[in-house]
Amino acid sequence: MADMENEIQNVTLRVENLKKHFPVRRGFFQRIGGWVKAVDGVDFEIEQGKTLGLVGESGCGKSTIARVILKLLEPDHGKIFYRGQDISNLSEKDVKPLRKEMQIIFQDPFGSLNPRMTVGQSIEEGLRTLDFSRGDRKERLNELLEMVGISSNNSDRYPHEFSGGQRQRIGVARALSVEPSLIICDEPVSALDVSIQAQIINLLKGLQDRLGLSYLFISHDLNVVGYLSDKVAVMYLGHIMEFASAGDLFENPLHPYTLALLSAIPSTEPGRKMEMKFLPGEVPSPQDPPPGCKFQGRCPIVEAQCREEEIAFYEAGEGHIVRCWKVVGR
Amino acid sequence: MDNLLLSVQNLKVYFRGDEKVSRAVDGVSFDVRRGETACIVGESGCGKTVSALTILGLIPSPPGEIESGKVLFEGENLLDFTEEDLQKVRGNRIAMVFQEPLTCLNPVFTIGDQIGEAINVHEQVEPAALRERCVQILKDVGIPSPEDRLKDYPHQLSGGQRQRVMIAMALACQPDLIIADEPTTALDVTVQAQILSLFRSLQKTDSMSVLYITHDLGVVANIADRVYVMYAGVIAEQGNTSQIFNSPKHPYTQGLLASLPTRSKRGKTLHSIPGIVPDPAYKPDGCPFNPRCAFATDTCRTRFPEMRDYGEGHLSRCPVLFRQDQKEG
Repeated sequence: MADMENEIQNVTLRVENLKKHFPVRRGFFQRIGGWVKAVDGVDFEIEQGKTLGLVGESGCGKSTIARVILKLLEPDHGKIFYRGQDISNLSEKDVKPLRKEMQIIFQDPFGSLNPRMTVGQSIEEGLRTLDFSRGDRKERLNELLEMVGISSNNSDRYPHEFSGGQRQRIGVARALSVEPSLIICDEPVSALDVSIQAQIINLLKGLQDRLGLSYLFISHDLNVVGYLSDKVAVMYLGHIMEFASAGDLFENPLHPYTLALLSAIPSTEPGRKMEMKFLPGEVPSPQDPPPGCKFQGRCPIVEAQCREEEIAFYEAGEGHIVRCWKVVGR
Repeated sequence: MDNLLLSVQNLKVYFRGDEKVSRAVDGVSFDVRRGETACIVGESGCGKTVSALTILGLIPSPPGEIESGKVLFEGENLLDFTEEDLQKVRGNRIAMVFQEPLTCLNPVFTIGDQIGEAINVHEQVEPAALRERCVQILKDVGIPSPEDRLKDYPHQLSGGQRQRVMIAMALACQPDLIIADEPTTALDVTVQAQILSLFRSLQKTDSMSVLYITHDLGVVANIADRVYVMYAGVIAEQGNTSQIFNSPKHPYTQGLLASLPTRSKRGKTLHSIPGIVPDPAYKPDGCPFNPRCAFATDTCRTRFPEMRDYGEGHLSRCPVLFRQDQKEG
């Protein structure tokens, strides 16, 4: 019971053995010809006020996880707990109040803002679900815009009148409008220029400190993840390969995939010309992967055992787990 | 300077609309020497792609107009060339690699057809020899079992392999210069690393020159010999890689480098450049960077700054920091 209390207090989100498989249909009769195992047994938790970074290359299942947590997709297996409450099997009606608690910021703010609505209307739409009076709504709208650094007399303008960075700020304001406690950031800065990217990162960080938000920060950019996250999960083909605090992951990476990812980041120190550990090939198709470790096809230290049996997690240190039997104990 | 391959001098490219004139490239000069990699780095809308397209006469006109300037390739001004003459340069002497390989490859022809075509445009080659040459080029860019890949269509290849095919097409006629416009931006990091290393190794073996255009400072630090930092249609700072990254002299370059998030800056607020890139049709008077610059003076707001010379090829377009450095030095 005490554990339960503790969880409600401190753990915003926990997922257990989450799976999402998509059928691949073939032929005239649309028979199921195979499965894409987009998310294939994922566990993690996000503590109150903390940031979990989720990194991986395209097609590894990062965005599918975001959509499953938000119940935009139904999980096939596994459980999702929001503040201790199991939300994995809730009906659409019961999910509705939870939508206020969990919000998402997308990569492309232009695609996610309605071009026919002023930004004020877009943001107010969320406020309407909360019981705000009309006057309060206006006040809250202005407060939200100021909070994300947009002058409140811009609320009558349309999305196309803003720059990319400003649109992302509006996306953040809209997510904040319903006072969520968890925000899923799906590549929120990938489409932005460097000088604007820093503004948005600072904004997200500042809001977290002020409002105690929890973030699930999804990105392929390890530099951004390393800067923002408290804990980091590295994903590959639907599996978490390594999970650790950001410090451990960057200073003591263990999984061969993590090592390869880290060495592939072009460093901004000239002269240190990529002494990279080369990863041959590319991410294979997630459809009907071979048995054994998902990384076997590109792994520099692969052995026969890796191709045969499912690889379990090994504990490499406090809260540092690795899905590779070969690197533990070194 | 006989090893100078390409020299762009005071290039101005404007786009005329009904009401406004976008000054996309507004007086840009840069050089590419034989065997070196020159990088143009800048944010979206700074004019880096337009500069590159102008070199090969690929700017649609109208609306684009070349107002002034020269593009000297081995001493000859490409801007004076007729379309027919340019055709002989494109692909043959100067080749280009674009960001999105899928839109640049023709979906209804095989890889072999397309690489073969790139060669056939410039040379008469027997079919058997042509095939052999295609296989060899694909092998050079690191595509496994190239004989089979020749029969593949673009959609059958992965993103990284398509980009390798694009590079193979660019290499087909052994050009002197390859212009690469954000060739790795659409790729995953591990694949990007492979492509960057491919560029480096090709350059070593063929002593080719590369003009590399990107927004990614990390990529620049890894492959560039010489760097041009562009902002709002002008070069803000230029120098070799270590000058730009270790002692940047322009507030914009300094700001860009400081705003990169890294593990070591954790817990500190990231430096960010306030404001946004100006619309190329409504650029501020004076230095285009002045509204976002912490050092801007009244002179910066009225007079367009000249390049200041720090020696050894390191130039910066900021008079304020130059004066400061001179005082201290």
